[in-house]
Amino acid sequence: MNTLLDRLATDFGIYDISDRKPAITTLKVEKQQAERLIRELRDREGYTHLNFITCIDYIEQGIFTLVYMLHNYGDKSTLGVEVDIDRENAEMTSIHTLWAQAWTYQRELREMFGINFPGSPRQEEDFCLEGWDDIPPMRREFNTKTYSTETFGHREGRVSEDPREHMKAQLYPTRGGDN
Amino acid sequence: MSKDRSSKNTMENSGLSADEQLLFCNARPEPYKPYSIKAVEDFANWARANSLWILAFGTGCCSIELRPLMTARFDISRFGIAGRPTPRQSSVFIIGGYVSVKTLKRIIRSYEQMQGPKFIIALGSCPANGGMYFDSYNTINQFDLYLPVDMYVTGCMPRPEALLAAIMELKEDIKAGNCDGANRYVENLDWYKANQKKVIKNWDMPDYNW
Repeated sequence: MNTLLDRLATDFGIYDISDRKPAITTLKVEKQQAERLIRELRDREGYTHLNFITCIDYIEQGIFTLVYMLHNYGDKSTLGVEVDIDRENAEMTSIHTLWAQAWTYQRELREMFGINFPGSPRQEEDFCLEGWDDIPPMRREFNTKTYSTETFGHREGRVSEDPREHMKAQLYPTRGGDN
Repeated sequence: MSKDRSSKNTMENSGLSADEQLLFCNARPEPYKPYSIKAVEDFANWARANSLWILAFGTGCCSIELRPLMTARFDISRFGIAGRPTPRQSSVFIIGGYVSVKTLKRIIRSYEQMQGPKFIIALGSCPANGGMYFDSYNTINQFDLYLPVDMYVTGCMPRPEALLAAIMELKEDIKAGNCDGANRYVENLDWYKANQKKVIKNWDMPDYNW
């Protein structure tokens, strides 16, 4: 694994390699190199299985981090390829030519985060949300509580309790809720 | 097509294109009128209460409670209740838990296709007040804004016993002639439709799915 990463680091400009778990390693790569690196991993290094593509919203730094999780059946190792992309005009190279199932993930990412994958099939169609007309709901600036109350209303009489305090008062009433 | 499409008793079907409008019925539903003789109506209600057929459409996680009801331990068929595969054959719609907007559209479609008399049991806390999904961008908070509910069952999720109790109570209500949810829906159709169209933004089906 280490020799592989050393070689890839010089060829593809990989940085920030970290072992998350015994069999899961993540590495960061520049956006321009990502597709070439993933293709290399799939064709030459045995990472033939795409576990998933997901996205992390780092709103403070103004970036999305896309995570491509790849699996090698030979040595049962998992490799996460992380790519930072700009939050404004979020766009990424489509990898549906490498794995056909990738376009489903890409459709979902477009709907939930507003990330564009040019050339990916059926990008414009609705996926889970039908007729959505607000900002994509998984972006962190989207306030889901406000949206829910405005759109779906609020039932009068619904109250929320802090579970910890509520259960203390229920279980130890004589001690004033103190255990 | 020689149907009169401009009279007062029709729906607009504005979500459909001009070609599609010709394919769908646009008549307004009418409320059910009880028999004029009370004994006959009582007999009809007794018959209705004893042949409840459930639409097998699990809309959320609470519908997992329907499976033990059908099998030997709780055995719902001893009450004359059976699952039915299509809306046209069923009379009870059990809303099984949370309702996302996408599912709500299918629920409305199925409910309107059911033939009267028809009843709705809302299961769990999600249809009542949003439950644990009260702040979700995609899950409705008050189901009775969109369709009339005859019986609520609380719990997250309710036990099969609770559902059985609700069905027993629904039976008593039907026998007493109190379950008028379908009539409320038809009489206040414009209010219900306005609420439905507020959340279902791509309304591409007829206004009433006959």
